Amino acid sequence: MEVIATRPKSLTDLNFTYCPGCLHGVAHRLIAEAIDELGMRNNMMGVAPVGCSVFAYKFFNMDMQEAAHGRAPALATGMKRARPDMNVFTYQGDGDLAAIGTAEIVHAANRGEHITVFFVNNAIYGMTGGQMAPTTLPNMKTTTSPYGRDVDDIGYPIRVCELLDSLVAPYFIERVSLLSPVDIVKAKKAVLKALKYNKEERGFTFVEFISTCPTNWGMDALESRTWAKENMLPFFKVQNFRDNGKEA
Amino acid sequence: MANKVLMKGNEAVAEAAIRAGCRLYFAYPITPQSELIEYMARMMPKVDGVFVQAESEIAAINMVYGASGCGRRVMTSSSSPGIALKQEGISYLAGANLPAVIINVQRGGPGLGDIQPAQGDYFQATRGGGNGDYYTPVLAPSTVQEFADMASLAFDLADKYRNPVLILSDGLLGQMMEPVEFQDTKTPEELKALDNQHLDWCCCPNEDEPNHHHHEINSLEIDPVVLEKHVLKLADKYAEITANEQRWEEYNVNDDNEILVVAFGTASRICKSSIDDLNKTGHNVGLVRPITLWPYPYEAVSEAVGPKVKKVIVFELNLGQMVEDVRLGVNGKVPVDFMGKVGGLVFTPEEVKAKIKENL
Amino acid sequence: MARMTVDPNYCKGCGLCIDACPKKIIRFSENINKKGYHYAECFDQDSCIGCKLCYTTCPDVAITVEK
Repeated sequence: MEVIATRPKSLTDLNFTYCPGCLHGVAHRLIAEAIDELGMRNNMMGVAPVGCSVFAYKFFNMDMQEAAHGRAPALATGMKRARPDMNVFTYQGDGDLAAIGTAEIVHAANRGEHITVFFVNNAIYGMTGGQMAPTTLPNMKTTTSPYGRDVDDIGYPIRVCELLDSLVAPYFIERVSLLSPVDIVKAKKAVLKALKYNKEERGFTFVEFISTCPTNWGMDALESRTWAKENMLPFFKVQNFRDNGKEA
Repeated sequence: MANKVLMKGNEAVAEAAIRAGCRLYFAYPITPQSELIEYMARMMPKVDGVFVQAESEIAAINMVYGASGCGRRVMTSSSSPGIALKQEGISYLAGANLPAVIINVQRGGPGLGDIQPAQGDYFQATRGGGNGDYYTPVLAPSTVQEFADMASLAFDLADKYRNPVLILSDGLLGQMMEPVEFQDTKTPEELKALDNQHLDWCCCPNEDEPNHHHHEINSLEIDPVVLEKHVLKLADKYAEITANEQRWEEYNVNDDNEILVVAFGTASRICKSSIDDLNKTGHNVGLVRPITLWPYPYEAVSEAVGPKVKKVIVFELNLGQMVEDVRLGVNGKVPVDFMGKVGGLVFTPEEVKAKIKENL
Repeated sequence: MARMTVDPNYCKGCGLCIDACPKKIIRFSENINKKGYHYAECFDQDSCIGCKLCYTTCPDVAITVEK
């Protein structure tokens, strides 16, 4: 017998600090597998955000930078311009990318920076204890929307893929789901494509993962996936928005 | 270009930075330093360097962080309100032990203020304007030549100590034209050496085990015991910089001084004119001009207070910021007085003379 | 012939692998690991088909699959 699935080399041996059933770990693993499969590990540098995945700089087994909240795409721009022969990815959550970091992601995407941005969307702020995110659904209760998100007062969730799709420069934009093993297998394909295009210097690539937050949603791992399937997928459609490398 | 030319301060420092090996520059336009970013936009491509006009000063300082984390010489510049935006990034640079050069061409404040020269960012620059315990060396030029020379000094200090370094200039120096003699441009070998000087800690090409590296550019230490060690190490660095990198100028400082003036940057130029006039008419006034505002030359200021000095007078283009450091240095030896000018206005040599004469 | 192994040091007892397994051969152990989780374990290795769905869904990379 030979090993057909085990810890990728692009992950360190550290235990992930995520909650039981949180799908951050799945996203990390997909990215690490893809980096290994594409032979990119020794040429890759990553940027960790502020949020639950702030320790991502410890989990990926390569040179990593820890960014200020929301600034990862700006760091990535500086990194890629400083070492154009190397490859760069960022890994960011809802608050980091869609709240405080909106300017940085829009402009890095608009410049067509040769980086890959991975965006984990779980409709809430996990690390700080379950506050409302720009992606929190209408009427969803969080600690800062205790009566439910009132869209008349503070608007609707932001669909980042759609927003970035309005720009000319981005090369690849796809939203995927991590909500079942089958979905995860499909998500892996998007991750591989995004990083392959990165390796080939094609341009800006972006993958949004629909994910869960069992702890702050007050559910267990399985319940949270069901809730996300029923409530998040109708609003955040899983689809490819742009693939400039696709044969017609 | 010839090595000696007549040039505007903003452009001179940009040219000097390029010659000192800076090949990455990220910034946002703001008066009175837009000539700096425009010069970089024209010149960086000519040396195969990188110029990006960022979407904000915040984005620019974070691009600097990313590039610095890759071990390369990188710079940004702005003016007071934009430097305020960069404070988060500067704190992160300091916390992560990253070299970088940041130029502040000061203007009137607070808030949007105006676009005329001022020295109102002294506290922001020397007290670590962002969060937490940190310092950045602060260099204060008073001529266009000095402004230009400080570019390579700033990069050298930044690389030596792995720290952000601030050049605190102002709109007057940024806009005025004076003769400048430039240092030679770094040779390709020197540039390569600069790019390779930080490979032991920066993000750079990797190998498989056993030589695989996992460098972390980071200011987060969630374990307080570890954070304490980290901050105490920063403190050791700041103590070393304080011991070795103080710089100042003494102008007519001698045992017969009746008054000692302390001033920095543009204010010191005006004071020198006034002092020259007064000294021609039989008075004896000296000037200490701090060149590093951090580390502050406290002992130098103290020792410059001669036995006959009646008073130390501090002149600044603000409500009184460096005067606090002068009081610390003088430590009660003699009274310390102050004259300021705010709103982006600059005092005249006559106003300075009058203030000194009051006390003679 | 195939085999799935859970490293108890990484498992957080989230149960996703138990749900994912098409042969239903994974359960929570009666034992707990250092963090107090009842980690997952395979109780019928002979029935394992090496589909890797457990590995695919595991958020802690606790699982190794051999075939």
